[in-house]
Amino acid sequence: MTTSGYEAVIGLEAHVELATATKLFCGCPNEFGAAPNTHVCPVCLGLPGSLPVLNRAVVEYALRFAAALGFRVPDESIFARKNYFYPDMPKDYQISQYEEPILVDGSIEVDGVHIGIERAHLEEDTGKTTHMGGGGRIHEADYSLVDYNRAGVPLMEIVSRPDIRTAEQARAYVSELRGVLKALGVSDVKMEEGSMRVDANVSVRPVGTEAFGTKVEIKNMNSLRSLGRAIDFEIERQIAALEAGERIVQETRHWDEADGRTHGMRTKEGSSDYRYFPEPDLVPVAPSGEMRAAAAAAVPELPAARRARLVADWGVSEADARVLVDVDGLADFAAAAVDALRDGAARDVANWCTGDVMAHLNETGLSIEVLPLAPDGLAELVGLVAAGTISRNQAKDVLAECLRAPTRPAQVVAERGLEQVSDTGALAAVVDEVLAANADAVAEYRSGDDKAKKKKRGFLMGECMKALRGQGNPQLLNALLDERLA
Amino acid sequence: MSAATEIAAAVRAGRRTARDVLEEHLARIDARESEVHAFNLVLADEARAAADAVDALVASGADPGPLAGVPVALKDNLCTRGVPTTCSSRILAGWRPPYDATVVQRVVAAGGVVAGKTNLDEFAMGSSTENSAFGPTRNPRDVSRVPGGSSGGSAAAVAAGFAPLALGSDTGGSIRQPAALCGTVGVKPTYGAVSRYGLVAFASSLDQIGPFAGSVADAALLLDVIAGPDPLDSTSSPRVPAALGPGLRDGVAGLRVGLIDELVDAEGVEPEVRDAVSRAAAALEAAGATVERVSVPSVVYGLSAYYLIAPAEASSNLARYDGVRYGLRVDGDDVATMNARTRDVGFGPEVKRRIMLGTYALSAGYYDAYYGKAQRVRTLITRDFARAYERFDALLSPTSPTVAFPLGAKADNPLAMYLSDVCTIPTNLAGHAAASVPFGTGRDGLPVGVQVLVDAEQEPTMFRVMQALEERAS
Amino acid sequence: MTDGSAPITRADVEHVARLARLALTDAEVERLTADLAAVLDHAADVAALDLDGVPPTAHPLPLRNVLRDDAVRPSLDRDEVLAAAPVAEDGRFRVPRILDPS
Ligand SMILES: [Mg+2]
Ligand SMILES: [Zn+2]
Repeated sequence: MTTSGYEAVIGLEAHVELATATKLFCGCPNEFGAAPNTHVCPVCLGLPGSLPVLNRAVVEYALRFAAALGFRVPDESIFARKNYFYPDMPKDYQISQYEEPILVDGSIEVDGVHIGIERAHLEEDTGKTTHMGGGGRIHEADYSLVDYNRAGVPLMEIVSRPDIRTAEQARAYVSELRGVLKALGVSDVKMEEGSMRVDANVSVRPVGTEAFGTKVEIKNMNSLRSLGRAIDFEIERQIAALEAGERIVQETRHWDEADGRTHGMRTKEGSSDYRYFPEPDLVPVAPSGEMRAAAAAAVPELPAARRARLVADWGVSEADARVLVDVDGLADFAAAAVDALRDGAARDVANWCTGDVMAHLNETGLSIEVLPLAPDGLAELVGLVAAGTISRNQAKDVLAECLRAPTRPAQVVAERGLEQVSDTGALAAVVDEVLAANADAVAEYRSGDDKAKKKKRGFLMGECMKALRGQGNPQLLNALLDERLA
Repeated sequence: MSAATEIAAAVRAGRRTARDVLEEHLARIDARESEVHAFNLVLADEARAAADAVDALVASGADPGPLAGVPVALKDNLCTRGVPTTCSSRILAGWRPPYDATVVQRVVAAGGVVAGKTNLDEFAMGSSTENSAFGPTRNPRDVSRVPGGSSGGSAAAVAAGFAPLALGSDTGGSIRQPAALCGTVGVKPTYGAVSRYGLVAFASSLDQIGPFAGSVADAALLLDVIAGPDPLDSTSSPRVPAALGPGLRDGVAGLRVGLIDELVDAEGVEPEVRDAVSRAAAALEAAGATVERVSVPSVVYGLSAYYLIAPAEASSNLARYDGVRYGLRVDGDDVATMNARTRDVGFGPEVKRRIMLGTYALSAGYYDAYYGKAQRVRTLITRDFARAYERFDALLSPTSPTVAFPLGAKADNPLAMYLSDVCTIPTNLAGHAAASVPFGTGRDGLPVGVQVLVDAEQEPTMFRVMQALEERAS
Repeated sequence: MTDGSAPITRADVEHVARLARLALTDAEVERLTADLAAVLDHAADVAALDLDGVPPTAHPLPLRNVLRDDAVRPSLDRDEVLAAAPVAEDGRFRVPRILDPS
C-alpha cells in the first residue's frame, strides 16, 4: 500500500488446536464432530471441586515447535487465569499463559524475509455456542445453546511481531506456519474447521515514519483468502480515514465475508479487565534437557527445506514445489512414485501430481490417502509415456480412469488397445495406402502455397491417424509423411 | 477415648457389627440434631447399606480396612457422587455431583461409613458457621454459642458424638478454630499432603482437607487413610507420607518447642486462653521437651495478607456459579443479567463481600499494591518460620483468641470475625501443618484449644506433641 | 491511584460488581463500600510495606512438571451432565441471548 504514501504494519495472532489424543487438562477425547456434550468430564465442565492436570503431549508438541523455529524455551513457564464471564467458558476463567509463556523469540522465513514470533503460549479452548433465531447472528438471536466438547481442547497461541507489511505477506506467513505445524504433526491446522484461527492487528503509518499508528484487531477470518481480503479492506479503510482527517479508534472489528467489510463492535467500557493471576491449581512447567532433546529429535524435514530439495533433485519449479509440499500428502505420494519409477523422470511425476492429480483432488474434494491410484501406479504411467507406449494425451485419459476406479495404467492400456503403433513398416504401409486413396489432396499439396501445404498435410496426417485409430506414433508418422511428400 | 480406633478394631475382629455402631450414632443424631444442626443431610439409609456391606465383608473373612464400620461425617463442600453437595449455599442447592472427591473414595475404600454432609459457612467463608444458607450450627457444649467455622458442622458432629470422625477443610483455620471451640482435635495437614480433588475450592493455594476426631489417635487414623499422592491433583505432594499411628506415643523428650510471641500476645487473646497455652508449654516441659519463646515477626501481617489472597482466589473460583451448567438460575433477558441475578440471589452477604474484595484486589491498578504485596508477605512469613524451625521442632500458640462466642455476637462486624483466625492463618500462608488439641477450659467452662505448628511434612512430630498434650490435658 | 492508599468509592464498588457479575441493590453497594473500606484499611499495613527485594510466593509447594499421559479416560454420561442443567435443549445447555461479545 505504499503507492498511497502509507505502509501497513501487521501482526498476526494464530490460535492453533493441538492434535493430541486428549484435552489440555483432562482425559476427554480431543476429537472434532462428536455429539454435543459427550466429550466432557468434571474437569472440562468446570464442575465444583475438579482440578486440572497438564497433558504431557502438549508440552512435547510445544517443544517440538520451539526446536523447529528456534524459539527460546525459558527455564520455567507458568499458567495464569484470565477472568471474564462467558457462557462458553465453563469456569468463567480461561487457563492460559500470560507473563511467562512456554516459548519466546522465534522466527520464520517467508519468501526470504524473517518474520519474528514474539511468543507462543498454551491455553484451553472454549466450548461452542450456537445462536438460535435471528439467522444465527449473535445480536439478533433469541437464545443460545452451548456444547462443551471443545472446552479444554489444547490451543497454542502464536503471536507474531508486527513485521508484516502486506496482506500477501500475511497470507504467506500463515501458509508457511501451517506447513511447519503440519510437518511437525502437532496440528491439523484447518482454518475452515477452526483448528487454526487467525486474528490480525493492523495499523497504517506514513511511509518513512517509525512510530506505529493506532492498531485495530480484526477477527473472524476463516480462510487464507478472507484473511487477505480483510487485511486489504482494513488497510484501505484506515488510509481513507486518515486522508479524511479522521482518527483511527483502537477497537476490535469483525470481518464479514458476505459484504467484504470489517465492522466495529461496541464493547462495554472497562469490560476487558481480565484480572490475571497465577493459576494456583497448576505448578510451573520446567522442561528438562531430556525433554528438549527428545523434542528436537522429533523434528522432521520442514517445508522450506523440502521445497529446496525438490527443486534441486527433481528440477521442478519453486511454485510446483510449493504445491507438492503444501497439499496434504502430495509430496510423499510423488516421492513414493519417484522411488517406484523404472523409466521416466522425477520431474514428469511431479508434473502429473501438480497437474492432473491436484485437479482431481480439487474437483472431488478427496484427500490423497483415499485415491484408488497408488504411487507405483503413477510411476507405471510415467514409464508408459517414456517408453512411447502411449502418448501424453492418451496418458491423461488413462490417469483419469485410474483416479476414478482401482485399476492399473498398463491394464487400462491393454483393455482399450491403446498401445501406440511404432512399427515403421506397418506405419509406412498405412501412409502409402492413405496417399494412394487421396491422390487429389497429394496433388493440391504439391502445387499449393505454404498455407495450402499446411492444410493438406494436416488432412493427410489426420487420415493416417484415423486409419490407425489414433494409435500411430505421431513422431514416426510425421517423419514418414515428410519423406513421402518431399 | 479413641472411639474410632476401638470401633474399627472391634468391627474388623467381628466383635461388633458396623450396623450396631451406626445405629448407636443415628440414635444420638435423632436425640440432639434438631438443636445442634450439625448436618445439612443425614444419609441414614445409605449409611445403613454401607454398614451392612462392611459387615458382609467381615462375615466373608475379608478385611474392610482401617476405618471398618466407623461413621464419618463429611463437610458439605466435599463432592459425593449422586448425593447433594451444597457448600451451604443456595446457589448449589440440589446439585448432585457426578463424582466422588478423592478423600471420599479413600474413606469408603477403608471401610468408613459416610454418615452425612455437615453444615459450614457458605463456601467455607466464615468462622462461626452462621453464614449458612440453611441456618447456623450450634455448639454442642453450649447451644447458645457458635461452634466456630467454617467446618462448624463437622466439629459439632464429633463433639456431639454424632460421628467419631469427620472431615473438614481449612483455608485460614476452618478446621482448627472450630475444633478448639467445640473441644475436639482438628488437623490442617501440610499443603499437598491430602488431595483437594473434589473439595469445592475456596482459595486454591491455601485450602487443605483434614480430620476432626475425639482423640489424637483417631485423627491420626483418619489422616493416614486420606493422605498421599493423587494423580488428579497437580498440587498433591508426590511423597508417600509416613504412617502417623506407630510413632504416636514416642513422647516429646528432647524435642525443642517454641512459643510464638506474636500469637500468644495477639490482639484479642483472652487471658484464659493465654493461660491454657502456658500450661500446655509447662506440660510439654514436664514431659521432657524444652520450651522457649520465639519471635516470628511477619506473622502480624498474616491476617491482612490472607484477606487479600483468599478473596482474590475465591473471586475466580466462584465465577463458575453463573446459572448456566448446574445449580440455581434466576432468569434474565440476556446472559449477563441472568448471571448477575443468579449470583445476587444465590450467594449470601459474606460470599459477596469476599468476591467483591477479591475482584477489587486483582483489578487493574490494584494488583501490585494488594495481591502482589500479599504474595510477597507470604514469602516473608515462610522465611520467618524457616528461621524458627532451624531452632525448634514444633511451635505452640493459641488456636483461637477466644472460646466459643454467642450466636450473632460478631455477625455484623466482618473484621471482628476475621480476627478469630489471626493465629491459624500464618500456617496456611506458609503451607505448613498445624493442629488444635483441646487443653482445659476457659471462660464459662468452655473448651480451649492449643495450636501445635510444625514445618512442612513434619506431621509425625506434630502428632507426638499433640499426643503428649492430650495425655496431660486433664 | 496504584498505591492502594486512596479510599474506595461507591463507583469503584459498582465497577467491581459489574466485573464480578453481581446485581447488587443500592443498600448492598452502600454496605459493601463501607465493609471493603474497613478491610482495605486493615490491609494498609501490607500495602505500605516495602517488599521490592522479596519474591512473591504464588504457591507453597516447590513442585515442577506435574504431567499426565495423553491417554483417554471415560467422559461423563450426557444425560447425567444435562440433568444438572437449569435449562437444556437438544443435548446442549440453553442460555438467554448473549449481548456483549467482548
Ligand atoms: Mg488467547
Ligand atoms: Zn474432560
